[in-house]
Amino acid sequence: MIRTVHPIRPAVVAPAGSSLLEVSDIRVRYGGIQALKGVTLRVDSGEIVALIGANGAGKTTTLKSIARLLPLASGTIRYAGRDIASMSTEDLVDAGVALVPEGRAIFPNLTVRENLELGAYAHRNAIAIRETLEDVNELFPRLGERMNQEGGTLSGGEQQMLAIARALMARPTLLLLDEPSLGIAPKLVAHIFAAITAIAKAGVTILLVEQNTRIALATSMRAYVLRTGEIALQGPSRELATNAEIQAAYLGG
Amino acid sequence: MHRIFEALVTGLAQGAMIALVALGYTMVFGILKMINFAHSEVFMMAAYVGLFILTALGGAHSPWIAGIGGTVGAMIGAAALGMLIERVAYRPLRARGRGTRLSRITPLVTALATSVFLQNAAQLMFSAKFRPYPRLFEQTRPVIFIVAVVVMVLLNQLVKKTWFGKAMRALSSNEEAARLMGVRTSRVISMTFAVGSGLAAVGAVLYCLDQSQVYPTMGVVIGTRAFVAAVLGGIGNITGAMLGGLLLGVLGEFVKLTDYSGGVDVLVFLVLIGVLLVKPTGLLGSTAGEKV
Repeated sequence: MIRTVHPIRPAVVAPAGSSLLEVSDIRVRYGGIQALKGVTLRVDSGEIVALIGANGAGKTTTLKSIARLLPLASGTIRYAGRDIASMSTEDLVDAGVALVPEGRAIFPNLTVRENLELGAYAHRNAIAIRETLEDVNELFPRLGERMNQEGGTLSGGEQQMLAIARALMARPTLLLLDEPSLGIAPKLVAHIFAAITAIAKAGVTILLVEQNTRIALATSMRAYVLRTGEIALQGPSRELATNAEIQAAYLGG
Repeated sequence: MHRIFEALVTGLAQGAMIALVALGYTMVFGILKMINFAHSEVFMMAAYVGLFILTALGGAHSPWIAGIGGTVGAMIGAAALGMLIERVAYRPLRARGRGTRLSRITPLVTALATSVFLQNAAQLMFSAKFRPYPRLFEQTRPVIFIVAVVVMVLLNQLVKKTWFGKAMRALSSNEEAARLMGVRTSRVISMTFAVGSGLAAVGAVLYCLDQSQVYPTMGVVIGTRAFVAAVLGGIGNITGAMLGGLLLGVLGEFVKLTDYSGGVDVLVFLVLIGVLLVKPTGLLGSTAGEKV
């Protein structure tokens, strides 16, 4: 079991099933191009929602916009009922949103333990740190064996585990995962997605960006398909998995 | 043999002092990837602040009170100046230049300008004449070495054990990821300037106790050496700066034993070029590659 109660922040008042994150018609320019042309999506409390689509469709841009790493040209983002468009990334972390970025972005020259401790920077609560370290140890035993190793010495899969574990250290309410399967050995991918399911069971709401459509649809409850900066399709993951268009485009027939 | 031993002791003292200043260059480079050329002037200003406080506290009549008071006062003054420089000369450019092609060059130019400005300001305020520093201790070098080592041990603890230290290392490793941990980058940058300047202030007071004088251009000599020490050790690497400083100090004193004592700086740069040819990242510098 993963303990998820935040030591300082009061629990977000969003009963299971009510909307935790509402993204309405956001437009974002990125690197001189219109990367998002009006994306609208919703994540309810307790859900795993997948955002799938081809390379360059705007999946990472969407996550970075939600995490307030990119400025919005227009549109609104509401988290736990609050407009967060003008919030900073750092404040949003305090409010309970954690992003595991694409490419993992662990701190390579810090030890695994230091990486994890930094994940708890927002609350710096000794008890919560000790508890989550135990939980993370159970979730990813391989990390527990490598606590004093530098992050950069880990394999790609282990780095992904570290990045997810580091985000858990913050005791997030909403976890944003950007391509957790990217460049990782297939055996570890299954392990990581099992962990994602366990994290959701513990009460963390998850928005998952993934190129591996099959596993994303198998893990999530609902999904959105992003195509060139717009939502092309949406619905329950089980239905989307049998959708002819998706099968042809993303599941290889 | 005795001369060699003496040169070693003097060299270690000199080197520890250089290392204190080098740390400021390397810490700022670590988080901002820029060279804070105004750092040498913070060193000089700290020497003046130290002198005034030291004299006010009785100078040689009460060496311990004056020494400690002067050092602490100089550290506070330098920390404030360092934070002010960052606030006025670098932060506005950082905010405006984020992501642009010249975002690293522009602050370098303002750093040079700040350095020139502070040097001239010191000449205006304190005049260009050399001022004598009171001689506090009979044996200055052991004091210098011990103080410098204690300060560096404390710094190591600060960087390794405190939340500020962890945040600083995270920021230096990956700014975006640090922000995703909730690290307030501006605050950490400010603190880093304060700590680096404080270290330079300790170096400044020690340097003056050894050289017995202050003057507005004194930052240039020691600043250059400290900068070389930081690059030699691997800029951005804290242990590297300490090692680089000690190496330069000892090397300098050994050269003075030979007939080429005037060529210390030449040799210093030769060593630098030699090391960079073999290991472009410096002795302890690393290029962390991405792993899949």
